Amino acid sequence: MATLVLDGLRKSFGKIPVLHGVDLSMPSGEMLVIVGASGCGKSTLLRLVAGLEEPTLGKIILDGVDVAARDPADRDIAMVFQNYALYPHMSVFDNMAYGLRIRDMPKAEIERRVTEAAGTLELSALLQRKPRQLSGGQRQRVAMGRAIVREPKLFLFDEPLSNLDATLRVTMRAEIRRLQRRMGVTSLFVTHDQVEAMTLGDRLLVLHKGQAVQLATPMEVFNRPANTYVAGFIGAPAMNLLPAKLAQNGRAAQLEIGPTIAFADGPRAGADGRELIVGIRPEHLHLDPAGFVLPVDLVEPLGSETVVIGKLENGQMLTIKLPCAGVSDTSLRVGISEQHLHVFDAQTGLRLEGGLSAVPSS
Amino acid sequence: MERRTIFPGTAFPIFLVLPQLLLTVVFFLWPAGQAIWSSMTRADPFGIRTQFVGWENFQDLFTDPLYMDSIGRTVVFCTSVATLSMGVALLLAVCADREIRGRGWYRIMLIWPYAVAPAVAAVLWILLLHPQIGLVGRALNRHGVAWDYKLNSTQAMAVVIGASAWKQVSYNFIFFLAGLQSVPKAVIEAARMDGAKGWFRFRTVVLPLLMPTVFFLIVVNFVYAAFDTFGTIQALTQGGPGKSTETLVVKVFRDGLINLDVGGSSAQSVVLMFGVIMLTALQFRFLGKKSDE
Repeated sequence: MATLVLDGLRKSFGKIPVLHGVDLSMPSGEMLVIVGASGCGKSTLLRLVAGLEEPTLGKIILDGVDVAARDPADRDIAMVFQNYALYPHMSVFDNMAYGLRIRDMPKAEIERRVTEAAGTLELSALLQRKPRQLSGGQRQRVAMGRAIVREPKLFLFDEPLSNLDATLRVTMRAEIRRLQRRMGVTSLFVTHDQVEAMTLGDRLLVLHKGQAVQLATPMEVFNRPANTYVAGFIGAPAMNLLPAKLAQNGRAAQLEIGPTIAFADGPRAGADGRELIVGIRPEHLHLDPAGFVLPVDLVEPLGSETVVIGKLENGQMLTIKLPCAGVSDTSLRVGISEQHLHVFDAQTGLRLEGGLSAVPSS
Repeated sequence: MERRTIFPGTAFPIFLVLPQLLLTVVFFLWPAGQAIWSSMTRADPFGIRTQFVGWENFQDLFTDPLYMDSIGRTVVFCTSVATLSMGVALLLAVCADREIRGRGWYRIMLIWPYAVAPAVAAVLWILLLHPQIGLVGRALNRHGVAWDYKLNSTQAMAVVIGASAWKQVSYNFIFFLAGLQSVPKAVIEAARMDGAKGWFRFRTVVLPLLMPTVFFLIVVNFVYAAFDTFGTIQALTQGGPGKSTETLVVKVFRDGLINLDVGGSSAQSVVLMFGVIMLTALQFRFLGKKSDE
């Protein structure tokens, strides 16, 4: 167990900057999920902490000590790789024991730790097998076991579930969370899957183009996305982002597609006519006989709910999630719930909070 | 995916295979048959009459202490060449596998010696090591080392081993480099995270994954050292001084073409042929096993 602080961490490959200075402070035992689209630098960030890449600038402070210049071998960090990276020539037991043998741990203690981890991960019957004789899920658990037995200061997970099938992924996700809670090891988990991000993390770090755009709890990120990127990235189906202008002395938004909606949570700063982006989640649009007309482009029934994708006359797409089946596939009348608006500045993309004194959160 | 074309009939497929069959018959089966036949004959000193003697040549061969000596010498020679060339090649491959500047050039330079003809390579080595005209040879003598591989049998052996190994380093290097590059990067990184460093990591993770390549190269290097080094040895020492660098292939040449004992020499070739067949079978079995996995 240890605290982790990242201080102005930067990385460039040649002249191409990949991370533009990430700051982060993790209390002991926290599970932090780093999420972002591919190419956002999330894996690079993880590899910097691991020591597999050298930072261009910045500090990595593990338990009060800057380890940025240390070899990965001397950092006491365990990592679970995306493709598991098991040693193909070693048995499951040896795979897990390898790191302990390097530390000259007594044989009895190695035996105890490996047996215990194997028990937890339901690998006891497979200890003498070679990795090629295991299924994907079993390999994944061996990779987990190899990290667990080390009892390291920090766990790093590099998209460990992305090679598993959907069912297994859900099970392993819960398993990882339980294990991490019980062991209380500070953990960084990289994923591009927002469901993993929402369910696993104590906090989320959303990365976009090498920049940390939001660091908050999953619900905070969902409820109050810091900018239009986060708003569109977290939540499925993705949030509708509609161009609008400030109206009625900052008390409402005049949507480009027609309706004017009053802000339920107080006025926004700025003169009327200020360019805005208004975000509305698909589940916050509802059928309303008095609402605007939406020509239907596509209906996706999901069983318990239905997703409707509409196309307005000006080409703007709009997604609606309805808690019922059997909706019209030609056109709908749609209303907007005022309580659930997200308002962003059109130029900067930053969130605009309600109330005149509000400042954009970052 | 395996792509296979099946031709109809029998005449056309036979026609397609014919050139290859002809080559095999003319350049392999025929001379091999001749060798087997002449290994069972003995000619008079003037080569006028030949008579059939059955296994007698082989009996002579295996009771001849000189032949036994030559076998022992060949084993020493092959083991040394294989060890030296593989060791050096592995070292160079490990260095070339790293992220270094000018890696491409470095690799090309290392592959060059393979393209040098054995006789040319031998001349290069003579120009280096000759006690009177060689750069290194003269330097050694100037500094009090009595260097003359034309007189000293140990030095002669060292020279032919060195020259033969040098030529094979390139070949081994290519295979080792490919082998190293097929070791998954993530596995090495996993070992780094587990705390393994330097030589320990190489010994416990990289080397075991390289073993298929090593086995393959052991067979190839033995075949090379036993059979393909004739040109190098002949050009450097002609098997001398005395018989100190006379490996089995050199002895075949000497006995058959210099001493004109065609029967005995053919018997030796037949023995060697069986050696090659066995090594090749071993190599095929090994390669077959590898592709099964």
